[in-house]
Amino acid sequence: MTRHGEAAGAAPSGALRADVVVDRGGFRLEAELAVAPGQVLAVLGPNGAGKTTLLRTLAGLRALTAGSIQVGAHTWDDAGAGVFVPAVDRRVGVVFQDYRLFPHLSVLDNVAFSARARGVARDRARRDAANWLDRLGLDRFAPRRPGELSGGQAQRVALARALASDPRLLLLDEPLAALDVRTRLEIRGELRQHLSAFAGPSILVTHDPLEAMVLADRILVLEAGQVVQVGSPTDVARRPATDYVARLVGLNLYPGTLSDPVTRRVDLDGGGTLHAAGHGSAGADDDGEVTFAGAPGDRLLVVLAPSAISVHTRRPDAGSPRNTWTGVVAGLELLTDRVRVAVDGAPSALVDITPAAVADLRLTPGQPVWLTAKATEVMAYPDLGPVARRP
Amino acid sequence: MARPAQKAPPTRPPGQRGARTRSIADVTGRTPWPLAAPAAVAVAFLLLPLVGLLLRAPWRGLPRILVESGALDALRLSLVTASAATVISVFFGVPLAWVLARARFPGRSLLRALVTLPLVLPPVVGGVALLFALGRRGFIGQHLDQWFGITLPFTTAGVIVAETFVAMPFLIVTVEGALRSADLGLDEAAATLGARPFTTFRRVTLPLIGPSLIAGAVLCWARALGEFGATITFAGNLPGVTQTMPLAVYQALERDPDAAVALSLVLLVVSIAVLALLRERWLHPGTSL
Repeated sequence: MTRHGEAAGAAPSGALRADVVVDRGGFRLEAELAVAPGQVLAVLGPNGAGKTTLLRTLAGLRALTAGSIQVGAHTWDDAGAGVFVPAVDRRVGVVFQDYRLFPHLSVLDNVAFSARARGVARDRARRDAANWLDRLGLDRFAPRRPGELSGGQAQRVALARALASDPRLLLLDEPLAALDVRTRLEIRGELRQHLSAFAGPSILVTHDPLEAMVLADRILVLEAGQVVQVGSPTDVARRPATDYVARLVGLNLYPGTLSDPVTRRVDLDGGGTLHAAGHGSAGADDDGEVTFAGAPGDRLLVVLAPSAISVHTRRPDAGSPRNTWTGVVAGLELLTDRVRVAVDGAPSALVDITPAAVADLRLTPGQPVWLTAKATEVMAYPDLGPVARRP
Repeated sequence: MARPAQKAPPTRPPGQRGARTRSIADVTGRTPWPLAAPAAVAVAFLLLPLVGLLLRAPWRGLPRILVESGALDALRLSLVTASAATVISVFFGVPLAWVLARARFPGRSLLRALVTLPLVLPPVVGGVALLFALGRRGFIGQHLDQWFGITLPFTTAGVIVAETFVAMPFLIVTVEGALRSADLGLDEAAATLGARPFTTFRRVTLPLIGPSLIAGAVLCWARALGEFGATITFAGNLPGVTQTMPLAVYQALERDPDAAVALSLVLLVVSIAVLALLRERWLHPGTSL
């Protein structure tokens, strides 16, 4: 293995371009991604999707099976050319999920560690570290040992340590996962500030959609080693590409086939039909309101918010809702201010209603019900299939 | 095995350890007699010989006996050689422990078994082996003699060699255990921060296994101090040159039992001191850092 493309000194930050292929036992990770300087990409996915493996290849803790990784003018990994720059030479800042602060060093020396490791004199390294602690409001913790810090404080110190290493790429692995709910809220706000202040590209791995929406400019959804969706937070939230994303953002999602472009009738794969006339049922674009133009046989994804569905215990009068179907109550779950009713039918659906409505309707599992939804609440968009290797 | 020291969370209330012990006692109740009786026999068996030593001790003439029997010479030689053996063991044993714990190469398990063989090998066999390797006509010793004029058997240096051979595995095993249980995540973190492997070893790994290293060094030192078989076989029993405390005790027993008891008492005191040091390290990891 050779080293390549490493210039001395801090280089101006460049964009990250990565084409990642990793084989690990029977598991294969394939992801292509590009992140501009100053931009934050969230990698969202369930456990075992390959998020951490992706992060480790970018950090230089694992080599690619195929593909390449470039930051600016530096090639960090190129399986074809036999180039692999190990983590120690990459200048990559990593905030690990478990922080990995050195327990025997003070907070100040933890933050000064990378300068010391690169041969900076102790006094100067400590002065620079003190500046970073100052900037992140951590100066009063400087003499403490990591064992004396709360989770939120340790997380801040880990970020300070990563930023102090003057990284070309910042990687954060579930940075808020180990924190309690209140601290998470607080740190999330701070983290957003620090990420936007960082000049290079950042990648945030998370399984929390809210974290991804709040912190990232773009979201990449990873499932079973494949990229299933890339887009802006708005895009992903409104037009989930898979069931996993739909559940994360709280939508009912149905793949189907357009059978009548005029009435916008979609035959759903899982059985049943829905008329989709929702606002935004458009071609593909984020913000443009392209008119819904489709041909019979087009593959579509249909989304329907649980709050847009009504439940009835008797057949509803033929009225304005264009979508009426039957089902059986499968379960009830009390959320904070509403009840989520799972209904088996064609299609099955999650429905949000008020606790009062549950009482009025005397809903119990096994009870047959009618569901209605206005066509204008049903949104359809083209199903692009897996977007792997095509960000 | 000693584990890397970790600070106890500051929130833990004092006395929790005692509370937990009591609750276990509440659950288990009394010790059943099939266990209690053999346990009592074992305690008696382990402690009564020491009582015998204390009863038989010539307390009055102790200082005079120690001076006359040449015990001070033997004690000084023992302390010097055991300390030298420990220093050598640390210098070479810690890197070997690192290799055994971290490096990946074929035959690692076999190497580990061979390296720790002196743990179970009868020391006298070790002494014979050393003689045939490093003795005057040994396959290495003959060259040392011819080329450098170095002779190891029956010298103080030979004592150190014998003690190192027997004691170093104790250090290796202890340190290797600590290295295996040490958090590799910290090594990765250090790498992303630009630390090369040896820098990481020096600044992260070594400080973290410090307590285990000390425990291993103390064990190694104690083993070297008590070494008898390999020493007498390889280095002989020359007063002032190769006669360490255990050898002096053995020799004194034949002509002056009082002196043997006095010397044994000295070794007992040293052993108790070592034990106290080890318990401090093992039972309260972190507090003594």
